[in-house]
Amino acid sequence: MNLRSRLLSPSPEPVGGGSAAVKLAAALGFVVTVVLLPRGAWVAHGVAAIALLAVALGSRVPLGGWLGRLLWLEPFAASMAALALFQPGGLTVFLAMLAKSTLCIAAMLLLSSITPFHESLKVLRRWGVPGLLVTTLALAQRYLFVLADEAQRMRRARQSRTLSPRRTQWWSLLSGIIAQLFLRATARAERIHAAMCARGWKP
Amino acid sequence: MTATAPTRQRVRPDIVHIPDGFLDAKTALAAAALSCAGLSLAVREVQRRLPPARVPLLGLSTAFVFAAQMLNFPVAGGTSGHLLGAVLVTVLLGPAAAVLVMSAVLILQCLLFADGGLTALGANLFNMALVAPLVGHGVNRSVLRLWGTGLRTRLFAAAFAAWCATLAAAISCAGQLAMSGAAPWRATFPAMALIHMLIGAGEAVITALVLSGLARARPELLTSAAETPGGSRSFVALGLLGSIGLAVFVAPFACSWPDGLEKVAAVLGFEHQAAERPVLSAPLPDYTVPGLASQAWGTVIAGGVGTLAAFALTWWLARRLTRRQRGTV
Repeated sequence: MNLRSRLLSPSPEPVGGGSAAVKLAAALGFVVTVVLLPRGAWVAHGVAAIALLAVALGSRVPLGGWLGRLLWLEPFAASMAALALFQPGGLTVFLAMLAKSTLCIAAMLLLSSITPFHESLKVLRRWGVPGLLVTTLALAQRYLFVLADEAQRMRRARQSRTLSPRRTQWWSLLSGIIAQLFLRATARAERIHAAMCARGWKP
Repeated sequence: MTATAPTRQRVRPDIVHIPDGFLDAKTALAAAALSCAGLSLAVREVQRRLPPARVPLLGLSTAFVFAAQMLNFPVAGGTSGHLLGAVLVTVLLGPAAAVLVMSAVLILQCLLFADGGLTALGANLFNMALVAPLVGHGVNRSVLRLWGTGLRTRLFAAAFAAWCATLAAAISCAGQLAMSGAAPWRATFPAMALIHMLIGAGEAVITALVLSGLARARPELLTSAAETPGGSRSFVALGLLGSIGLAVFVAPFACSWPDGLEKVAAVLGFEHQAAERPVLSAPLPDYTVPGLASQAWGTVIAGGVGTLAAFALTWWLARRLTRRQRGTV
């Protein structure tokens, strides 16, 4: 249930020496290339896979964790790809989509584990993403885990105080937790604004 | 059913995040262009209207949506569902801020958790960060205009808007998949539409419950965003973008509806023939398949019935929630 456990590496350190811009551009280039590969070109897909593996080995990412996370995300892509089978020639389409999505998910997982997020944000800002969006992303990433932990604490507290609730009752209780969470988020946002102003932030 | 931890943890919200490799270049680029335009409009609108003191609230709301999406709501068996949050944020923060917040959620999911493809980010943004909040806002505002602004109406409006928004986003997603040749419309559309009618029901219920909880604590939160004056021009612009997108992605498939009288006769004539033949073996291209026409009619009827059912159920839910509230006061 821990949000941090969903990340491949919760606090990525810059690995490989390249700047974040290079890594982001390389990831984007890789993903676009894989997506544009013709459907039957299995050799090309294989080459891409080997290249990705080489980068992973070079950057000393824990391979077991990487593959494990990949396998866990697979079923969702696979079940969506299964819709492709309902058409003539669907099997090739299905396999191609599965191969491409797997390669790209692996690449994105690798990217997120070798690039600290604030570096990625700086790159995005340089590439023209509006400042408001970048600030939002930065604050969100910072407080993501805080709020997620808070929500899980509230849920556990509620769970330990409620004996065998019915399903409808549990929905009502969880919604109450979500409402509380929003109120706490609002209060926290006000405190953050005060803190930012005290440190000289200007909108 | 006890409140022990649900047996399956859902990884992602219910509206599917399209991974990489599912969309072809034209669909991905078209969706990316529309999303960029929509996001820029939303950013500009938020910069214009949001007081600087509320800027951190955007980031915190994004984190809030993430945290709220992690709470599992038990459904039948071992499965569970959870809140998507698009309409909840729309009601609480307004449509432009909601577009921004949901976009941030999706971007973070893509970059941090590899949830949703990078090349498909434009399409995912279009479905969940443009269509869902805008449809939600439109329905919400229309209901409030028609029926006043009491608490019960607000809850009903938000719940019904959540259902409609979920469905709209799912249909948009189906259209993008069909346009890319990833999945045929006649398989994707019924599956996505019917499944998301159910998921939308869950979304509606949770949205109404959360809002009723907030109404008890801070009633002014529900009124602040829905009635911002002068925001309508940007909403119209955003709505136009959404409509263009839906026209591009969905209309080619949905409009197997006839244009002229001859086509009506032809479709209806074929319809009786096609009922006996299995749909999958129909040889004609998608949008003129007689089997599709009959299935489209069936889906339209199901859609109509479903919408009416959602309308009635959300109204009943709102009534139930406010009655309980009045009782406890």
